[in-house]
Amino acid sequence: MADATLTFDEAMEQFDPVLGFEVHVELNTKTKMFSSAPNAFGDDPNTNVNEVDLGLPGVLPVVNKAAVESSIKIGLALNCEIAESCRFARKNYFYPDTPKNFQTSQYDEPIAHDGWIDIELEDGEVFRVEIERAHMEEDAGKLTHLGGAAGRIQGAEYSLVDYNRAGVPLVEIVTKPIVGAGRRAPELARAYVAAIREIVKNLGVSDARMERGNVRCDANVSLMPKGATKFGIRSETKNVNSLRSVEHAVRFEIQRHAAVLAAGAKVTQETRHWHEDTRTTTAGRPKSDADDYRYFPEPDLVPIHASREWVESLRAQLPEPPAERRKRLKTAWGYSDPEFRDVVNAGVMDAIEETISAGASAAAARKWWMGEIVGRAKVADVDPAELGVSAAAIVELNGLVEGGKLNNKMAGQVLDGVIAGEGTPTQVMEARGLVLVSDDGPLLEAIDAALAAQPDVADKIRAGKVQAVGAIVGGVMKATRGQADAGRVKELILERLGVSA
Amino acid sequence: MAEITRDDVAHLAQLARIEMSPEELDRMAGELAHIVDAVKSVSEAAGPDVPATSHPIALSNVFREDTVGHVLTPAEALSGAPDAEEHRFRVPAILDEE
Amino acid sequence: MNELITSTAAQLAAKLSAKEVSSEEVTQAHLDRIGDVDGQVHAFLHVNTEEALTVAREVDAIRAAGGEDAAGLHPMAGVPIAIKDLIVTVGQPTTAGSRILEGWMSPYDATVIKKIRAAKLPILGKTNLDEFAMGSSTEHSAFGPTRNPWDLDRIPGGSGGGSAAAVAAFEAPLALGTDTGGSIRQPGAVTGTVGVKPTYGAVSRYGAIAMASSLDQIGPVSRSVLDAALLQELVGGHDPFDSTSLTDSFDTLAAAARSGSVEGLRIGIVKELGGEGFQPGVEARFRDAVELLRGAGAQIVEVSCPNFKYALGAYYLIMPSEVSSNLAKFDGVRYGLRVLPQDGPLTIERVMGATRAAGFGAEAKRRIILGTYALSAGYYDAYYGSAQKVRTLIQRDFDAAFAQADLLISPTAPTTAFKLGEKLDDPLAMYLNDVATIPANLAGVPGLSLPGGLADEDGLPVGIQLLAPAREDARLYRVGAALESLLEAQWGGPLLAKAPVLGTEKTGGVK
Repeated sequence: MADATLTFDEAMEQFDPVLGFEVHVELNTKTKMFSSAPNAFGDDPNTNVNEVDLGLPGVLPVVNKAAVESSIKIGLALNCEIAESCRFARKNYFYPDTPKNFQTSQYDEPIAHDGWIDIELEDGEVFRVEIERAHMEEDAGKLTHLGGAAGRIQGAEYSLVDYNRAGVPLVEIVTKPIVGAGRRAPELARAYVAAIREIVKNLGVSDARMERGNVRCDANVSLMPKGATKFGIRSETKNVNSLRSVEHAVRFEIQRHAAVLAAGAKVTQETRHWHEDTRTTTAGRPKSDADDYRYFPEPDLVPIHASREWVESLRAQLPEPPAERRKRLKTAWGYSDPEFRDVVNAGVMDAIEETISAGASAAAARKWWMGEIVGRAKVADVDPAELGVSAAAIVELNGLVEGGKLNNKMAGQVLDGVIAGEGTPTQVMEARGLVLVSDDGPLLEAIDAALAAQPDVADKIRAGKVQAVGAIVGGVMKATRGQADAGRVKELILERLGVSA
Repeated sequence: MAEITRDDVAHLAQLARIEMSPEELDRMAGELAHIVDAVKSVSEAAGPDVPATSHPIALSNVFREDTVGHVLTPAEALSGAPDAEEHRFRVPAILDEE
Repeated sequence: MNELITSTAAQLAAKLSAKEVSSEEVTQAHLDRIGDVDGQVHAFLHVNTEEALTVAREVDAIRAAGGEDAAGLHPMAGVPIAIKDLIVTVGQPTTAGSRILEGWMSPYDATVIKKIRAAKLPILGKTNLDEFAMGSSTEHSAFGPTRNPWDLDRIPGGSGGGSAAAVAAFEAPLALGTDTGGSIRQPGAVTGTVGVKPTYGAVSRYGAIAMASSLDQIGPVSRSVLDAALLQELVGGHDPFDSTSLTDSFDTLAAAARSGSVEGLRIGIVKELGGEGFQPGVEARFRDAVELLRGAGAQIVEVSCPNFKYALGAYYLIMPSEVSSNLAKFDGVRYGLRVLPQDGPLTIERVMGATRAAGFGAEAKRRIILGTYALSAGYYDAYYGSAQKVRTLIQRDFDAAFAQADLLISPTAPTTAFKLGEKLDDPLAMYLNDVATIPANLAGVPGLSLPGGLADEDGLPVGIQLLAPAREDARLYRVGAALESLLEAQWGGPLLAKAPVLGTEKTGGVK
């Protein structure tokens, strides 16, 4: 049964939302958090495991130093305090993707705590989000549910477990409650997760590919009556794994909570599951006594003492923060304020930077991304990067146009071919037979035919109404199925008619 | 004597994933209460100023370099599996959704 | 008379390197002995005949060929050894004494096993234990109890009753044990053998199936203090696979055992480890040992460790808490037993519940439930938290005691071996066996138990425990060896020479 919702506007008239996020970031270390097995995505099942990852009897964990350093860097980038002493704890619960039936995590002593980041929304408004903590832990294996409908856990007859992901280092970033976002809460949610993704990618500590689960978000939402200060009961929507989903999930939960509260009922404290297809959430497990994780200090690992020298040496390695980087790039590329904001909001700044470093001019890179690719991504309802157009492909495509091999219309078709996975621009061009007709012979034939077909227009041009040439050009383009260089066609028509431009 | 009911033990058995018969729950409740009585004096032994010791010998910063080491072959990894399919461990349906 | 099985490991090593005997002969003699007496003793869960003989022949071949390879052999190469079945071994099953792991073959070797293989000691097999090392009598093994070679109706101690009985019955000259609350030392005491719990971290735990991680320690089981020292040196040392492994070097242990002296040492009697609950015959042998040490030039002092009275309570909170978490992995998903529920829906939750119900014995369940209770919301501070504080107090007691004494001494166990079944239905009575051994585990300090003679009232072995400060394992071996030679001079030979004869004439010529 679908949950009742109010409209977003109705919800906002009566309630103030309070948000909170737990973002899990998979680190891109070479090996796992506690074992020397490879940390790699997409390999055959159970090939990146050793006895530690499978939780075989007798095994012991040893901490990956690089993972600790990456965690400290994340803490520093989030303006956190780095704990002088921290330790690991066991979070005990049974689940078949968790090989030891406990997760080695951090509990009362996280490595980083009490930070903040400033989140800039599309129109330039800035929200400060306070960070409660960032702690280290390990990822679980991957379950595949079979025998039921469409890989869902509900109704599945059995599941298969691949432990390749088990033990991949994670940093969990937990915010303090975020109040005051008002109707901008869904936007802020998206912008916050985007900022975290940007920061960890920029630090080089994570591949930050949400479609691979490198960055995963649990979104907490509660509502309180307008003007109140006491937080309402929250729901936690688990594993919202794209930026658009985060925004939609928060919006949906606000509307759902509002309907519950407006009807005088109480929100249930529970986890919710996000469904991308319907853009709704459904109830998961209620919070209960079963959430007694029986944390205790991990006896097989010893505390980490982060000396100030170590922390400072890591701070010195931090790359330029994204906000500063944006300022620098804007100046370097010479974009106007609105142009640059559009680029950022479209989520293609990194792509443009890559395209420029692959050899395109700043103007050309912007033209391709903003003029062509972003629009196609909107139509396809995906993030621009997900279309899979590489910087090299754009440089190649741009070169074909500038070199007179393609006109803009044909270039668009080539781009479609690249997106469809037909190969490089040149391959697509050849495969689709998209050849710009610039050989004068066939063009002159088409021109003569067009002039013959529209003698009155030809007369007008001869009489000096040069702007009428467009109709003849159109006829030629039609005859050549768009594969003619329009500029050259115009020149030839005028030449033919003995008129100077 | 410590108050440990059959329901308490049933809850603990659920947390510990051990199926227990009603007779086992009753017996365990009695034994547990006895043992807890025998050990609970520890809560009076130390004041709030005494630090906790989790490791008998204090060490810190024991790390491993981020260098790839050995892995098991899938055959080795699955050699003890009660049930397997397509190089993965096969388990019955999962009710809970966490 | 078969000297090959009554010799100490050090004597065998000397004979092997002098080529007086071959490793194959020594190994075969022990395999014969196992075949002869283990039907009665039941020390072994698995006998590794072929591999042991293969290794033995390999050592013999290397020795026969001479040259660099022979010179590079470990001094103990060719001396056979038995392994407590809590330590994982490639090529042999590892059960931890539990149905839940019955038939499981580890795809990896424990670090200590790697070292034993590198040193080419033939592994005779895997020895019996209380399930997951939880017990003081080996009666909690899922595969039946081990019997004490001194009296087959009595317990061999636990959890490492198999290793101790194997060594006491001359089925192996050496064995490895694990000690979480006394599981090496208490079986040593009741079987008249030597057992050492090294300093926590002195021997890698990698590959020892964890019972209570912050208390567990692998250590040697033998018939002489020197043998124990040789074995600890062999298996010890830093291991990068164990984060709690010490980087200190422990390579002077055998030298300490060989130098054996007590002259000028201050030896402290712990007031709290004696008196009520201790059998008169145990206390009498303990007093004799103290007088021997005094006579040899040691200064005897009395020390008080007032918080030791909380040690048992703290132990029975910390240990089960860690047990409840360490044993969670046995769930029927990745390895070991899987049991399907009798009726009702087939879900993984119910399969786990049915598997663990069928796979674990009563004591394992008791400790898992107790630990789950101690860690659960609302009880953590009162129980686990307080127990960790008691641990601090016990460490402080040791610090104070070691300011007054170089070494502490006590009886290892309050009683001699009791009858099989006597304490099986009374967990608390069973737990009291560990009252003198537990403080060392809580504080991480090393402890050694050696035979102190026979109790007057029952003629059964009594163990003497020595405790040294953390990292001072060598001190235990030095004093232990000295006391051993003082006692053996009195007895006119090793205590085990007084043990009843087991087996047939072929292997049983022990006297």
